[in-house]
Amino acid sequence: MYRYDDFDQTLVNRRVAQFRDQTQRFLRGELTEDEFRPLRLENGLYIQKHAPMLRVAIPYGLVSAKQLRMLAHISRDYDRGYGHFTTRQNIQFNWPRLEDVPEILALLASVEMHAIQTSGNCVRNTTTDPYAGVARDELIDPRPWAELVRQWSTIHPEFAFLPRKFKIAVTGATHDRTALLVHDIGAQAVRNDVGDLGFRVFVGGGQGRTPMIGHEIREFLPAAEILNYFDAILRVYNLHGRRDNKYKARIKIIVKEMTPAVFAQQVEAEWDKVKGGPGTVPDAEISRLSKFFTDPPYREYARDSIAYRAAIADSRPFSRWAERNVKPHKRKGYAIVTLSLKKTGTPPGDATAEQLEAIADLADQYSFGEVRVTHEQNLVLADVVQNDLHTLWVRLKELGFATPHIGLLTDIVCCPGGDFCSLANAKSIPIAEAIQRRFDDLDYLYDLGDLELNMSGCMNACGHHHVGNIGILGVDKNGEEWYQISIGGAQGNEASLGKVIGPSFAAHEVPDVIVRLIDVYVETRRDDERFIETVRRLGIAPFKERVYAATH
Amino acid sequence: MPQLIKNRAVVDDRWTLVRETADFADLPAGPQIVPLAFWLAHRDALIRRGEVGVWLAPTDDPKALVADVGALPVIAVDFPQFTDGRGYSIARILRDHLQFKGELRAIGDVLRDQLFALAECGFDAFAIRADRDAEAALAGLDDFATIYASTSRTPQPWFRRR
Repeated sequence: MYRYDDFDQTLVNRRVAQFRDQTQRFLRGELTEDEFRPLRLENGLYIQKHAPMLRVAIPYGLVSAKQLRMLAHISRDYDRGYGHFTTRQNIQFNWPRLEDVPEILALLASVEMHAIQTSGNCVRNTTTDPYAGVARDELIDPRPWAELVRQWSTIHPEFAFLPRKFKIAVTGATHDRTALLVHDIGAQAVRNDVGDLGFRVFVGGGQGRTPMIGHEIREFLPAAEILNYFDAILRVYNLHGRRDNKYKARIKIIVKEMTPAVFAQQVEAEWDKVKGGPGTVPDAEISRLSKFFTDPPYREYARDSIAYRAAIADSRPFSRWAERNVKPHKRKGYAIVTLSLKKTGTPPGDATAEQLEAIADLADQYSFGEVRVTHEQNLVLADVVQNDLHTLWVRLKELGFATPHIGLLTDIVCCPGGDFCSLANAKSIPIAEAIQRRFDDLDYLYDLGDLELNMSGCMNACGHHHVGNIGILGVDKNGEEWYQISIGGAQGNEASLGKVIGPSFAAHEVPDVIVRLIDVYVETRRDDERFIETVRRLGIAPFKERVYAATH
Repeated sequence: MPQLIKNRAVVDDRWTLVRETADFADLPAGPQIVPLAFWLAHRDALIRRGEVGVWLAPTDDPKALVADVGALPVIAVDFPQFTDGRGYSIARILRDHLQFKGELRAIGDVLRDQLFALAECGFDAFAIRADRDAEAALAGLDDFATIYASTSRTPQPWFRRR
């Protein structure tokens, strides 16, 4: 993974010193609340319902065992002994004290981490494929490019006060695992007909209260121009994005108002002026960055593991776990393992200090000391020897990370909701748990197959409900918590936005509604059709009819 | 009166900022920084008069000054609130695209914690908000030594300097 040099370390250290000074000036009354707010937000610090919340950046979701141990230490000494992994591949702590935050940032800096631009109206943590570098469908490893974008965007002086937040995803695979099309910028690596590397560039995707699928504004951007082109996009947005209404301030609104074609023309005009200039990325820089992401010292295996095959044949629970939580690796004899952070009864995405340390140990033992965070709020050990899978599974079961449901209905993506977040209209964690309890029959879940259920406690959509096959949104009706249900959303190459099925429900009705939606699917599916495919074929009408016939 | 930081020091400001004026005849004597619309309406007379600068609002198009950048000794860019970041891009267009070489001054809600970023985007004069200590604000210029991206002050990004 990327390692800081003196320049990187000095920059982060100075950021810590800057924020320490800003915090002291705020506490002395020299900065007003309005003046301090954007400064603390751009260092990841929110003021939440119970206490401040600190969001720590995990650049493109890649974290080392050493860093995990520091996160565990911070959660234990400065928080309540746990952290929450987010849909932006970051981790957040819900209980730090404002006065302690500069010290926490200093501890993070000591392990090459920071909280820069994890909030605020600026370029946020760049995300990428959690299987980067090990996936079989990869054109390029996107991590050197994600690191390049991280560096460019870090303390970029022109874009610290954009109209609204700005999220970039980069992928190097043919199969999208980054939710690319619901990003402000999505860049997908492609090769042109003479084999040159470039990026297909999408803008204006996003979730929130006005969800949109991104528009392609450039079919092929020469790879070396990526930062010049991103500068051009950001400049057009910075100058023309709406600032009169924060709910209309994301780039997607201005792209729609201008039309994607006109927006693209403006970007091209701006790009023309900087094309080939100093911001053009030299090959040497990409080679330098790529050296941080070379293959670990893999052992050579002539074939996939026979012992692993035998263990699958031997044990139903193990074979289930292998089927759902293990993915094929580019190397023979290796596997990609997903650790579920969605065990029923624990808030989705949460991990305790002890669990973080245990994961660090597992990473050291089984996966070259590295862990990836997925935007579905699970963790990945990307380089596990197949011969070790059974032993690892036994350990993961003990730790509560082996729920064999990755990609199934109970692998729920979920924001912290009204239990923690001051923006939320409604709680989300207890609803997730009620659904997990209702669908506790593994055989049935397996029969239902791939089904993404995403839930957000408000229309900011941190729980990605718009792109859930089933989406749940917490809404406020006269001070009461209600839940609006949508179906038909999807992420990935075939991204689509869910459609709301009708009036919202009280909390206790939600599990029954999900059951009825599933019943319609089970009764009407054809062959191996997945839930999303049935919804696309039939539309929402039969689902809607069943749900509301029963309730009203 | 706002205090002016220029060349890393608090200096006396010889320029007067004219926020609003309709009539050319009302323009006071001495060096004045006038609104863009006023400049465009009275351009020739103002050039004859001399000692005139122009200030841009966040909604103004800096390209309106394409013919004038060589003649203007000072262009100011207004920040009605420090959280309105349009002025940063306006500055970069003036410096990078229009090759403006004169004094580029940040006016309005100009505070210590934004000085480094403003300077990177090409500002070299800062009219610190009147209720703040400009001497203390000087420290903000040194929050960082340099950053990664290509900027107006340092067009070579860090990857070309490392």
